[in-house]
Amino acid sequence: MASNAIEYINHHLTFWNSDPSPARGFWSLHVDTFSVSLFLAFVFAGVFAMVARRASLENPGKLQLFVESIIELVDTQVKEIFHAKSKVIAPLALTIFCWIFLMNAMDMLPVDLLPNIAQWIGHTFFGLEAHHVYFRSVPSADVNATFAMSLSVFLCIIGFSIKAKGLGGWGKELLTAPFHTHNPIGAIILAPLNFIFQLVELAAKPISLSLRLFGNLYAGELIFILIALLPWGAQWILGAPWAIFHILIITLQAFVFMMLTIVYLSLAVEAH
Amino acid sequence: MEFNVTLLGQAITFAILVWFTMKFVWPPLTNMMEERAKRIADGLAAAERGKQDLEAAEKRVADEVRKAKQQAMEIIASAEKRATQIVDEAKENASTEGARIVADAKGQIDQEVMRAKEALREHVAQLAVVGAEKILRKEIDAAKHADLLSSIKAEF
Repeated sequence: MASNAIEYINHHLTFWNSDPSPARGFWSLHVDTFSVSLFLAFVFAGVFAMVARRASLENPGKLQLFVESIIELVDTQVKEIFHAKSKVIAPLALTIFCWIFLMNAMDMLPVDLLPNIAQWIGHTFFGLEAHHVYFRSVPSADVNATFAMSLSVFLCIIGFSIKAKGLGGWGKELLTAPFHTHNPIGAIILAPLNFIFQLVELAAKPISLSLRLFGNLYAGELIFILIALLPWGAQWILGAPWAIFHILIITLQAFVFMMLTIVYLSLAVEAH
Repeated sequence: MEFNVTLLGQAITFAILVWFTMKFVWPPLTNMMEERAKRIADGLAAAERGKQDLEAAEKRVADEVRKAKQQAMEIIASAEKRATQIVDEAKENASTEGARIVADAKGQIDQEVMRAKEALREHVAQLAVVGAEKILRKEIDAAKHADLLSSIKAEF
């Protein structure tokens, strides 16, 4: 049982890698993460674009009202936090919120559903041994997915800073804040210190963004896997409360990622 | 924790998704929502305006009705005044006419009385003359005593 459980957990925590050999390098792809998130991207883009195309001014349907309420939510946050003018930030925030929400929501599927389907397909149509087919269904429990987004946000932060303050202004800020002095010698002494502080502050943003999301979803997934190890009759006792609680986490993490993105970008365009 | 090309793939997907949202999702929906908000605001403003118009019209109507009532009352009052005036005039006319008629009648009666008295006097004088003639046939000459007779006649 014990070795079985370890094997089960390990199997569930292994990605479907395009390169199955253990010596794979950087140029290998997590096919499951990529395909599931791509599929969810199409779901989001498809639904929202369809609603946008068919949007009715006078007689909105239920789906349109739902989409509008999400847009209203994002728009309110952006308008409250981000005071500069930008055409990018609101759609960026909306995309982050919806895409992360959908990726997180994959956690609500039974832990064995997609892996078993993948195993069945691999075994039946491709003649693979079922045990060697791996599938992880939650893209946001993959650091690649979360870092991809947080690093994109990081690039946006740098881009927004340079656009708002100019390359010189931003560079000057890196050297003169948070410690500021009017004494030129003191300024020279403080410059490297400031630069280190600023670098840490900058680097902390993408790392905290992605690791927070990854940690929450990874832990959630792991607990679902552990619950799946219980006898089937007892699973609901822990599974149901955890699933209900997880609805909150799914939404909250998507919201937090979006909010922090807006906050970071508004900090980037505002002077210190 | 294994970083590989998935990161790049995810980033590209993310970038395309953001671009797509920026191009095809956000602007049409927010524009439409703004348009709707504007339309609702306009509708509410129009309703408010209509209400004010209605209130003004009602006030005007009430004013007109009040004025008309007042006018009607004035007309009635003046008509009543005129009516009493006419009646008074008629009464006055009637009384003066009556008085005149009475005076005329009195005058006529007086005349008649005078005439009757005259005639009576004449008659009595004649009768007296006849009686005196009969009594004084011989002694009295009618022509001789005409003056006396006429003075007697005047005393009647």
